Amino acid sequence: MSNLNLTLKIWRQPSPDAPGAMHTYKVDNISTHMSFLEMLDVLNERLVKEGKEPVEFDYDCREGICGTCGLVINGVAHGPRKLTATCQLHMREFKDGDVITIEPWRANAFPVIKDLVVDRGAFDRIVAKGGYTSVNTGNARDANEIPIGKEDADKAFDAAACIGCAACVAACPNASASLFVSAKVAQYAHLPQGHPERERRVLKMVQQMDAEGFGNCSNHGECEAVCPKGISISNIALMRREYMKAALKTGAAVV
Amino acid sequence: MQQADKQMSRPGVLSAVLSIFNTSVGRKVITGLTGLGLVVFILGHLAGNLSLFIGAEAFNAYAHKLESLGPLLYVIEIGLLAVFVFHIVYAIAVTSQNKAARKAGYVQHGDAGKPSQKNLSSQTMIYTGLILAVFIVVHVVMFKFGPGMGSGYAYELHGEQVRDLHRLVVESFKNIWIVLGYCAVMLLMGVHIRHGFWSAFQSLGAYHPRYTRLIQSAGVLLAAALALGFFVLPIYIYLFVELPTV
Ligand code: HEM
Repeated sequence: MSNLNLTLKIWRQPSPDAPGAMHTYKVDNISTHMSFLEMLDVLNERLVKEGKEPVEFDYDCREGICGTCGLVINGVAHGPRKLTATCQLHMREFKDGDVITIEPWRANAFPVIKDLVVDRGAFDRIVAKGGYTSVNTGNARDANEIPIGKEDADKAFDAAACIGCAACVAACPNASASLFVSAKVAQYAHLPQGHPERERRVLKMVQQMDAEGFGNCSNHGECEAVCPKGISISNIALMRREYMKAALKTGAAVV
Repeated sequence: MQQADKQMSRPGVLSAVLSIFNTSVGRKVITGLTGLGLVVFILGHLAGNLSLFIGAEAFNAYAHKLESLGPLLYVIEIGLLAVFVFHIVYAIAVTSQNKAARKAGYVQHGDAGKPSQKNLSSQTMIYTGLILAVFIVVHVVMFKFGPGMGSGYAYELHGEQVRDLHRLVVESFKNIWIVLGYCAVMLLMGVHIRHGFWSAFQSLGAYHPRYTRLIQSAGVLLAAALALGFFVLPIYIYLFVELPTV
C-alpha cells in the first residue's frame, strides 16, 4: 500500500485557561501500518526537531485496553472504525490527501488541560461515590463457591468491559455520562457480590454524575456506537430501573 | 433505628420524595411517562376526529357527548393540561441542561453510524416540541374556544340544539393556508414521535435486545400513521366536503 500525505487540523491550547484554536499541519509519507497515535508521534518528532511545542495527547497501553487514549477524529470519538480505541485505529482507515480534524473530548465536566488532553477526574469521583462492596474476610474462598448463572455472568462481564475512556461522553450530543455510569452500576447489578450496597451505589453514583455537570440522556444512542468495548445502552435502561427501585424504596434521591 | 426513623419523618418529606424526579434519571422518567400519555391522548383524539367522515351528525354528536360529561370533562381536561405542562416544563429543563453541559463545542460534527439512534428526529425534539406547543394553543383557541351556539353555530341533534362544531371545522379547512399549516405541524408531530416513542420506553427502563427493536419499528409506523391520519381529514374536507348552508 502506498504511503499517505495528510493534512491535520488539530486543537492546540497551551493551558486550561488559555484560549485554544485549530492549527493545520502537514504530515507526509505516513505508512498505512501505523496506528493513529504513531502518526501523531511522527508529527511530534518533527515539531520537537523544529524546536516547537509537540502536540499533547493522552495514551498509555496502546493496546486498546487501558482507556487512556481518546481523540475526536473527524467529529467521531475514537475515529471511523467500530469497536476500536484511538490507539488501535490504523492509518489504513484513511486515504492519501485526507484532511483529518482532531479535537479533544468536549464536555464542561472534562476541562482541557492542554491541547488534546482533558481531565477525566469526574469519572474517578463518580466511581469513588459508588463506594465499597462488602466481602467476607478470612481464608480465601473457593472460586466457584457462589453459583452464578452463565447469562448473568455474561451480562456482568459485558458491563465490566468498560475501560472508562469517556468516548460516550464525548460523542453524546448532551455530554451525558449515562453509559459509563450505567456500566459501573450494571457490572454489580447482576451479581450477588456487592448486593448489600446495591441501592446506595446507584443513588450516589447518579447524584455524583449530576453534580459533575454532565447532561441528561436523551437516548440518542451515539455512545454505544462509539464505545470501543461495545457497551450497550441496555445498561442505561438497567441503571434507570435500579435507580427508580432504590429511590422509591428510600423515598428520596439520596440515601 | 427508631431514632433514624424519626429523623426521616421530619418536615421535608415531600421535598425528599420530589427529589427523586430532580435527577438526570428522574427527569427522564417524567418526560417518558408524560410523553407516552400524550401519545395515548393523540390516538384518542384522532379516533374522535375520524367520526367526521361519517358525517356532520356523527361528529357533532361526538362533540356534544364530550361536552355533556360535565364535571368529569373538567377533571379530564385538567389532567391533560397537567400532563402537557409537566412534559413541556421537564423537556425544556432537560434540553437547556443538555445544551449547557458542553459550552465549548466541536469544530467538526460527525455521526458514528449504527447502532446509534441519533437522527434528525432525536436532535430536533425541542424544536418540534415548541412548535407543537404553539400549535396546541392556537388549535384550542380556534376550536374549543371558537364561536359557539351564541354566534349561530347551532345544530339540531335529535330535537336538541347543540354546538355546530362540524361547520366550524369545515369552514376552517376550506382555507388552504389553514390546511397547509395544519398538515405541516402534523408532519412535525410525526417527527417528534418518531424518536419519542421508543425513547420513552428507554427512559422508563424498558429495554430488551429483541423487543426494543420492535418498539423502534412500531414507533416509526406509529409516527407515520398518526401524521397521515391527521392529514386525511383536512385534505378530505378541503376537496370533498360541501360548505354547509346556514
Ligand atoms: C403532541 C404532543 C406531544 C407528544 C405526543 C410528545 C411525545 C413525546 C415523547 C413520547 C417523548 C419521549 C420522552 C422520553 O424520551 O423520555 C418526548 C420527548 C420530548 N418532548 Fe414531547 N411530546 C409532545 C409535545 C411536546 C411539546 C409541546 C414539547 C415542548 C417543549 C415537547 C418537547 C419534548 C422534548 C424536548 C423531548 C425530548 C426530551 C429529551 O431530550 O430528553 N413535546 N415527547
